[in-house]
Amino acid sequence: MAKPKMDIPLPRFPEPDTEPFWEATKGHELKYQVCDDCGGVVWHPRRHCTHCTSLNLSWKTSKGEGTVYTYSIVRQNYYPPFRERIPYVVAWIDLDEGFRMLSNVVGVDAESVSVGQRVRVQWEDKDGLSLPMFTPA
Amino acid sequence: MPTQTRDAAIVGIYEYPLRKAPGVTPLQIKAESAAKALEEAGLTWTDVDAIYDAGDGGAGGMSGLSIAEYFNIKPNVIDTTAVGGSSYEFHAAHAKRDIAAGKAKVALLTYGSIAHSQQFNIGTGGRGMGGGPASPVGNMEMSWGMTLIANYALVARRHMHQYGTTSEQLAEISVTTRFHAVRNPEAKQAMEDLELLPGAREITIEDVMTSRMIADPLHLLESCIISDGGGAVVIASADVVSDTKKTPVWILGTGEATKYPEAGGDITTSAAAQSAPSAFGEAGVTPGEIEIAMIYDSFTITVLTLLEDLAFCKKGEGGSYVEGGKLRFDQAGAPALNTDGGGLSSNHPGMRGLFLLTEATRQLRGESTSQVPNAKLAVAHGNGGMLGARHSGSTIILGRD
Ligand SMILES: [Zn+2]
Repeated sequence: MAKPKMDIPLPRFPEPDTEPFWEATKGHELKYQVCDDCGGVVWHPRRHCTHCTSLNLSWKTSKGEGTVYTYSIVRQNYYPPFRERIPYVVAWIDLDEGFRMLSNVVGVDAESVSVGQRVRVQWEDKDGLSLPMFTPA
Repeated sequence: MPTQTRDAAIVGIYEYPLRKAPGVTPLQIKAESAAKALEEAGLTWTDVDAIYDAGDGGAGGMSGLSIAEYFNIKPNVIDTTAVGGSSYEFHAAHAKRDIAAGKAKVALLTYGSIAHSQQFNIGTGGRGMGGGPASPVGNMEMSWGMTLIANYALVARRHMHQYGTTSEQLAEISVTTRFHAVRNPEAKQAMEDLELLPGAREITIEDVMTSRMIADPLHLLESCIISDGGGAVVIASADVVSDTKKTPVWILGTGEATKYPEAGGDITTSAAAQSAPSAFGEAGVTPGEIEIAMIYDSFTITVLTLLEDLAFCKKGEGGSYVEGGKLRFDQAGAPALNTDGGGLSSNHPGMRGLFLLTEATRQLRGESTSQVPNAKLAVAHGNGGMLGARHSGSTIILGRD
């Protein structure tokens, strides 16, 4: 029996909070939520405003530009699809619109990544959606 | 004195001696440890009227039901708080609260794990990649290859950037815990059984710095070991304490908190910054009075961050605070850190929080293998989950008469 090919874990659905975000990635749009009532930015995506008690949130499109808040170069991961990518960079990225998301910094020597570095989104298409990764701006 | 009350004390402890225990189950480790801890206190199963369980026996969300039957007890209080490695500090806090409220007299906390035999890559590998039901956080964070150690490395990197902390300073923490581990026969055996690098001996800053980089800036020797193991803690009300056999170790103050990623949040500050003031305030003691610091050492950066958040030093000054081996049991100027050898060098089956309570108790009884003479006050701080993302923290202040 053939082993199923292991690939990196992808978001799974149904998952109503995050499904609109991932739907938008198909068009390479980085979406985030803003509260209609208090203007607060909500991240990660969810049903309610985390600043006030409003349930009225709107999706906005980020320009995909931000700053590396912190990062690590992963040099050991036994999980095959990530093992193939070693060394790779995981990072918390502060987007200019005011949310902080976990992602990878790609397309650059891992050793050259730094805290405070300006980055912009770069998409990796995968199985019907697209992964927002970041590369130096 | 402010509000300090002596209504609940640790009266029995047991740490399962093996770190490599093929052929036993977590439930067996929990039960054996419970029996030994009760015996040490001069109590028995029927005395237990409150059970605290983090679900490590394998029953998941139903653990409060199954563990009572397995132990064959009929508790009046069941608490199944499960917040990772700090669960046992949460349990100790809740046991004190439940005993003070008159709902219980003898509380039993147990832990069992066969992480080593099951070959979980707790410290340095990837774990739980994409498992479990779909969740919002999982959907946003599972695709980036974040390992557990990389998550902690995110904190270390930011700490270095923000405060100039160095890898050599972080390495001091590994050196200190190993210094204590080689004095603990069970830890020494663990180092041999688990073939810890670079052998069952003391290590130097150089050893840490030259060990393999796993996730920059964290090295192999900055990571907790992966062991089997477990233990038990028995906490009793003041009126039961007078009939028990060992020096009671009173729970003087408790605090609980969570922390999670937020826009603009400071990753170098942990949940301990919220839990510690509550615990110290309730106990009516200051960090400067603490002689024993049992601090969750999943990785070196965990300890550095927690020492600052517990206010042993100012935020950002942890690096210089730990320099020069000051946290060794035989050095003055700072509390003794993880005198059993810690998760870095003695025992880390996945959720180490229970051992923070057992070693703090040994110190306050005068039974540690790295004993601080006449120690009277200890802090146990557990950290559960992921320091660089969402985690729990609980602070327990312990003291003897
Ligand atoms: Zn709002």
